[in-house]
Amino acid sequence: MQSFYKRHPVWSIILLFLIAGFVWLIATPWSPGLEQVLGRKRIFLNAVLSGITLGALYFLVASGFTLIFGLMRNVNLAHGSLYLLGGYIGYEVANVTGYWLLAFPVVFVLVGALGLVLQHQVFRRMEGEELRQTLVTIGISVVLADIMLWIWGGQSYQVLSPDWLSGPMTLPLVTALRSNGDPVYLTYPQVRIVILVAAIIIGIAMWLVLNRSRLGMLIRAGVDDREMLAASGVRIQYVFLAVFAFGAGMAGMAGIVGGTFQSLTPGEDTRFLLASLVVVIVGGMGSIPGAAIGALIIGLAEQLGLVYAPTYSVVFTFLIMAAVLAFRPQGLLGAGR
Amino acid sequence: MTYVVRRAEPTQPTLFEKVPAIWWAIALLLIAMPLFASNFVLFQIFGWTFILGMIALSLMFLAGYGGMVSLIQMTVGAMAGYMVAILGTSGVPTISLGWPWWLYIPVAILMAAIFGTLVGALAVRTEGIYTIMITLAIASAFFYFTRQNYGLFNGYTGFNRVIPPELFGIDWRQATPFYYLTLTCAALSYFTVVYVSRSPFGLALQGVRDNPRRMGALGFSVTAHRILAYTFSSVIAAVGGILLVWQNSQVSPGTAGIPQVIDILVIAVVGGIKRPIGPFIGALIYVLLRVYSPDVLLAFGLSGERFKLVIGLGFLIIVFFSPDGVLGLWEKYKARRAAQTDPLRGGRS
Repeated sequence: MQSFYKRHPVWSIILLFLIAGFVWLIATPWSPGLEQVLGRKRIFLNAVLSGITLGALYFLVASGFTLIFGLMRNVNLAHGSLYLLGGYIGYEVANVTGYWLLAFPVVFVLVGALGLVLQHQVFRRMEGEELRQTLVTIGISVVLADIMLWIWGGQSYQVLSPDWLSGPMTLPLVTALRSNGDPVYLTYPQVRIVILVAAIIIGIAMWLVLNRSRLGMLIRAGVDDREMLAASGVRIQYVFLAVFAFGAGMAGMAGIVGGTFQSLTPGEDTRFLLASLVVVIVGGMGSIPGAAIGALIIGLAEQLGLVYAPTYSVVFTFLIMAAVLAFRPQGLLGAGR
Repeated sequence: MTYVVRRAEPTQPTLFEKVPAIWWAIALLLIAMPLFASNFVLFQIFGWTFILGMIALSLMFLAGYGGMVSLIQMTVGAMAGYMVAILGTSGVPTISLGWPWWLYIPVAILMAAIFGTLVGALAVRTEGIYTIMITLAIASAFFYFTRQNYGLFNGYTGFNRVIPPELFGIDWRQATPFYYLTLTCAALSYFTVVYVSRSPFGLALQGVRDNPRRMGALGFSVTAHRILAYTFSSVIAAVGGILLVWQNSQVSPGTAGIPQVIDILVIAVVGGIKRPIGPFIGALIYVLLRVYSPDVLLAFGLSGERFKLVIGLGFLIIVFFSPDGVLGLWEKYKARRAAQTDPLRGGRS
């Protein structure tokens, strides 16, 4: 933080003003003039919250993607398929046992195991051949997508959230003032808030593991220089296996989350693959904080775009990506290598 | 007495002799095809093969000679198709401008080339797998944009009844004329790619692929060569896209959906990405699988909808065993045969 301010004082001040303005927009009741320009505040707040929760979902998907890429230089284009597969398995587990929470460990283990098999049987055989690995992941995603279509058909599924999570909750955010001066507070689906909090906790946990533990040290060293790490006696294949399984498991769990507050349909795998691609391009390859910031930006842009310019919301995402590529090709938080 | 010994002039082999006989046979077969093939084979199988082959050829040019695997080619083709529908005539008269054919075809190709160049200018800032990711992201952005935009691209439905103009009194959507149309375009683009690959530009591009730093030091502009390669391949993809739209007589966001975009990569890789003939072989395999695998699957008692599984598995197997596609397999086989018959390497003569 300190160093960023020292290197870019002007940008820091502009960013600070933008964030302050944003917070001001969220925290205070809007004047009638502002409502005329931007519409009802409730709509704006809803869009912002949807954007943040969508960003949380994107972060869950993209963090595994970015870790796998950062460590193994493997663009896993089957990541979206893992997401969808996790969602379907989670749906089945939650449906059969009736426990929503149980679905998470089951999916994490199952999809993680699939990741282990992929890394051990497929990608290890073609290490260093990036293009070939990418092509193989494309083939795997085509095959997986068709198998899933075979098993679960074309209809859409929704994972039902448990009773203790359903229903709205009131947030301490003022949307408007009643005529007698009482503030009206925003209500928002509880399950989304819980998921947002969970994503933040997972993000912080991942950051802690990466920056404070021995395994994290190995992973970071591997991201920086794979050969040197292997030469210093670390069995890097085990690190690869662990990271791939973890990334796959995360994608699977994100599938349950996505299935809970959106739906599971055959096209979702490419949608989330695209989302993780854009998030990772914007945030920077191989960086967890980058994935978080990228996911937040993309989620917000998508939802705010949907509210204020429905036709062009996709273009916003794309424009952000193009701008990042044009001015900072390594991504916002990517290492300049 | 002096004898003038006339040495035999070193004879230059004529064009006819330089090209192996098998090529002439294939060319003859292709030209004579309408004599014995049914309309379905001409229009659906070979027409489609040539079209997909052209679009995959544009990818092959970028990947094989430029070292850039771009997933944008199908999108560029669809862009050209959309331009034909918008500028020419279609079933949506409120949007289509109804220009004459000699105007809208060049303009459509030009627009697609500009689009491809812009994408290329963005994509060449990155390398290797990043290029795949960025072009994939742009391709899907195009897909979602056309699906949501109703003012220009007519949203989800797209344009129907986009048909080729009736030139010289021929209905070009009839099987035989369409076959010759696609054959001519495919042959032209094939020979253009072969020619360009041997031209100074093509050689410099291959140099850039192999060692960009050295080419830069020699005074070649690496970025300019790469972007120009995108422009050139966009033109081929645009022609293919226009033909594709004419064949289906419609263009919609699904023309360049993500599965279609990936199919082009599958075709190019399965055929072999090192040589210009590869994409056409890949396209033929793909089309045959696509058309006949439902029947074969049904014969084995499986659902005919699983053809994607067959294509995906086939792609996986080929990528797994031979990174250079079918052509690579063939060359491996030939090398093994040669080694077996070579007495110096322990084979029987």
